[in-house]
Amino acid sequence: MSTIKVHVDMNLCQSHGECVFAAPDVFELGDDDVLKWEEEVDASKRAELEEAVNVCPMLAISLEG
Amino acid sequence: MAGGLVIVGASLAGLRAAQAARAAGYEGELTIVGAERHRPYTRPPLSKDLLAGIDDVDACMFPADEVDVTWRLGERATALDTTAKRVDLEGAESIEYHRLVLATGCRARPWTGPGKELEGLHTLRDLDDALALQRALAPKPKLAVIGAGFIGCEVAASARKLGIDVTLVDIAPLPMPGLGETLGARCADMHREYGVDLRLGTGIAALHGDAGGRLAEVELSDGSRVEAQVAVIALGAIPNTEWLEGSGLTLEPGVLCDATLTARGADDVFAAGDIAAWPHPLAPDAPIRIEHWTNAAEQGTLAGRNAVAGAAERKEHTSVPSFWSDQYDVKIQAVGLPRLAERVHMAEAAPDGDRFVAVGERDGTVIAAYGWNGARRLPLYRRHIAAGASADEVLAAVREDSKAFGAPVAA
Repeated sequence: MSTIKVHVDMNLCQSHGECVFAAPDVFELGDDDVLKWEEEVDASKRAELEEAVNVCPMLAISLEG
Repeated sequence: MAGGLVIVGASLAGLRAAQAARAAGYEGELTIVGAERHRPYTRPPLSKDLLAGIDDVDACMFPADEVDVTWRLGERATALDTTAKRVDLEGAESIEYHRLVLATGCRARPWTGPGKELEGLHTLRDLDDALALQRALAPKPKLAVIGAGFIGCEVAASARKLGIDVTLVDIAPLPMPGLGETLGARCADMHREYGVDLRLGTGIAALHGDAGGRLAEVELSDGSRVEAQVAVIALGAIPNTEWLEGSGLTLEPGVLCDATLTARGADDVFAAGDIAAWPHPLAPDAPIRIEHWTNAAEQGTLAGRNAVAGAAERKEHTSVPSFWSDQYDVKIQAVGLPRLAERVHMAEAAPDGDRFVAVGERDGTVIAAYGWNGARRLPLYRRHIAAGASADEVLAAVREDSKAFGAPVAA
């Protein structure tokens, strides 16, 4: 099963949470508002991952694979 | 396919349209026309980190070099002929298109009353505006901000960070009008705590200059006068659609589209971002238009994808809108359509008051949620809004939710 690697530049992330709207199974804001995410995601979730990249106001998210 | 895909507007929506068309496999000609001389850049920092000196210009530029596009920057579109499928440009040859995406955005509404000719008046919309304002603020003048919406409040907060004396004026009784009294009152308190001289419920009667024609004083409609050498006019935005008059497109309340962002009356023309008016499932009565970043990103992507798809494959834009404002160290966010809310209920609040979420109700249904440092809670509310949940249902669910900030004090 192919996977996609998800990178988030935490120097850029400002915890807007737009990626959580786009891909709630992958991204989550913790109790301290710091972003948590799955680093390897099944390729079947490509569309929502691309949407998360698209709506991140800080352009902090990139995908590999 | 004479002309291929043409995108008018080189900001977020236009860039996303180009990227989406290429990602969908479109290999034909692709031209982006932009009135500004800059490559696409992101606007949110202009009133925040760029103005406060935290970010520089490079940090605002979108990575756009990898997109295979012919850039026509510094060229302004002046007319559209949907029969000849042609866009006229100021001082340059017209461009023909096969498919067209309109993404010309908004411009700042200027001050047109007494004193409009004075030096020292600024609006904030473009990168060049932000750089001009930054220069004007460098000598730490007294600043009047006229209008306490998103831009006005953010400019006031950024200027306070720079140690500048700020007077923030709005005719509305609270700042951030449209986001409800709870949030507006909290926002007013915050600006006062940070030392902003907040004048609410009063408009501007006139701006007065010195002998050299420079702004010196702002006269409020309550008769008081405020010293200011610089004023930021933050009175909202006007859609850049005048150039489309005579094209046959409907331009009120923006370029009128169907749910796939296809313009009414022109099957090969699409609109995205600030200028697009489209029917949203949350607003059954009339098409809506949204002037926020995420909407431009989402609609640009969809318009670009739909523009290169067959008519039957075009998808609808139905996502629940979301937007934010950073002021001092507070993140204000909203999801849904706050302007359509009839009543606002506090849903949850931290005991220390530093975080809360309120919901806006219309006809018993939750149509919006407002967060004050509430980012981690909003995805839940957004799902409720998308599902058409009732206010009672949502408030009851939140009361049982162990992850909620806490019970609100007397709603």
